[in-house]
Amino acid sequence: MAKRIDVNALNVYYSKFLAVEDISINIEPKSVTAFIGPSGCGKSTFLRTLNRMHEVIPGGRVEGEVLLDGDDLYGPGVDPVTVRSQIGMVFQRPNPFPTMSIKDNVLAGVKLNGKKISRSDADSLVEKSLRGANLWNEVKDRLDKPGSGLSGGQQQRLCIARTIAVKPDVILMDEPCSALDPISTLAIEDLINELKSDYTVVIVTHNMQQAARVSDKTAFFNIAGTGKPGKLIEYNDTAAIFSNPEQKATEDYVSGRFG
Amino acid sequence: MSVMTSNKHSATPTPPSRKRNSLSKGKLPRWAVPATAAGAIIIGAALSTLTGFSVATFAIYSAVLFVIAATVLTSAVEGKRQGRNAMWTYLIYGSFLLALIPLASVLYTVLEKGLPGMSSHFLFTSMNGVTGAVDNQTVADGTPVLGGAYHALMGTLLITLWATVISVPVGMLTAIYLVEYGKNGPLSKAITFFVDVMTGIPSIVAGLFAAAFFGLILGPNARMGIVAAVALSVLMIPTVVRSTEEMLKIVPNELREAAYALGVRRWRTILKVVIPTAISGIASGVTLAIARVIGETAPILVTAGIASQINTNVFANWMSTLPTFIYYQILTPTSPTNIDPSVQRAWAAALLLILMVMALNLGARLIASLFAPKKGR
Repeated sequence: MAKRIDVNALNVYYSKFLAVEDISINIEPKSVTAFIGPSGCGKSTFLRTLNRMHEVIPGGRVEGEVLLDGDDLYGPGVDPVTVRSQIGMVFQRPNPFPTMSIKDNVLAGVKLNGKKISRSDADSLVEKSLRGANLWNEVKDRLDKPGSGLSGGQQQRLCIARTIAVKPDVILMDEPCSALDPISTLAIEDLINELKSDYTVVIVTHNMQQAARVSDKTAFFNIAGTGKPGKLIEYNDTAAIFSNPEQKATEDYVSGRFG
Repeated sequence: MSVMTSNKHSATPTPPSRKRNSLSKGKLPRWAVPATAAGAIIIGAALSTLTGFSVATFAIYSAVLFVIAATVLTSAVEGKRQGRNAMWTYLIYGSFLLALIPLASVLYTVLEKGLPGMSSHFLFTSMNGVTGAVDNQTVADGTPVLGGAYHALMGTLLITLWATVISVPVGMLTAIYLVEYGKNGPLSKAITFFVDVMTGIPSIVAGLFAAAFFGLILGPNARMGIVAAVALSVLMIPTVVRSTEEMLKIVPNELREAAYALGVRRWRTILKVVIPTAISGIASGVTLAIARVIGETAPILVTAGIASQINTNVFANWMSTLPTFIYYQILTPTSPTNIDPSVQRAWAAALLLILMVMALNLGARLIASLFAPKKGR
């Protein structure tokens, strides 16, 4: 569990359009890394390349390598499905499966893949994952009710439970709190702190306070102008990024002077 | 109109010394519109009588008078904008009633003429052995009409069932290809174009296609239920493709991505996430497609022929369906001298057909609500 990610000279394209240019970054295992930057700078696009979700979009392709504990995700013969089962993802808007109960949502990664699982194993996996997502106490009496009946914050934690139920090595989060109220956001942030002890967590956020609160390292992305590719400007310990950035652009962004 | 003016004084006692709300405008009392309608009906009746009374002119005069009077009255009291609102509201109600007339008329006629022929005898016997002589005897004796539509009912059910069995897999798989795999490539554009063309195929052409196709394989006179089912499926497939496609398109992409991110393969995502989410819409689309082809006559005649005895084997011999049964009972009555028994049978069969289509539509709603994503906390 908890593997490291090393990205070397990655270019990300939408058909012919170069969206993100020349990213090299090393993400430590069992740490929280935050991606910050203005809208459209490519941080979500880059995040999606880390578990091969980018190529789901028509025309999406990459150049360069992404190493998961030394294995290239984009090497020849790599099955994107295997990659995705090792690198889980939580999306911006909570998206529980509407046809499934809370329990089935947690078990989705197992059941949708047609794996056989005994009832007792399933029950313990559901409890463990929901406890891991700090949701167990709120839903333990209504596991057979639809997941869509939960509040937004609960739904997002359900999605996190669903993600950790497949036991990934890395969890990617794409603005997981942007659709949530402050209390739900706090619950998710606490959860991210706990997840750090077992997983490598990468989070995209628009909220700089959130990045400062939850992350060990922060990467600042920026874009030179509309139509230009996004670039990694600075990557350092979170404390250094927010108190003593090396780049002028980073300082302007984190101090609120632009963006 | 005199009724109106006399009411005006008694029904609206103004509340004493209340401050007038500066935001409010004039408001018609609640009885004003019904009173206008009553006045319009009375004057409409009078006008219609002047020009020789008929229900049509009465209805038209009353409706026109009511719309004009209600508009003028509302404009005068409540202002110009409310007046225009009233005019369009009443015009839309009027069009709704107009559209309802044919439906109500058809239902009434079919019930009136079909109910006398409805009996368990009609439902559970075929036309086997019922000849002109039998009908003549029935009319002469005044006994209940013999012979029924059981064979046609079975034919309709079997042929439609087989048409569904053929069209639903083909149509659904086509739609899945178009939405999930085609990605607007040249092949999916071609398929969409040909599905559109297929939608416009006249039903008799579909029947001729199936007859000619099976004629080539099995030799001429290859007429049986399955040929008719193929003809109907040619008509059904485009409808199924279209409705399934629309339903799959509205499944949020987020759900697909959520499944991919859990390491689920694409075909499993489609099978276990996308289709279950859309199944209620797909099921009602399929039911409506069945309702659409169940009343086809021409393609059945050229593919399954006509029969008066029960045949439950779609792979051999001729078959009747309810529409062809109705067609033959009306066009070539069993007894040319006493056509009443045939006409009665035809109307009863028409009623049966309408009931089946209604049951299918209700079934579609039921299926849609049963399969719909669960709500509740």
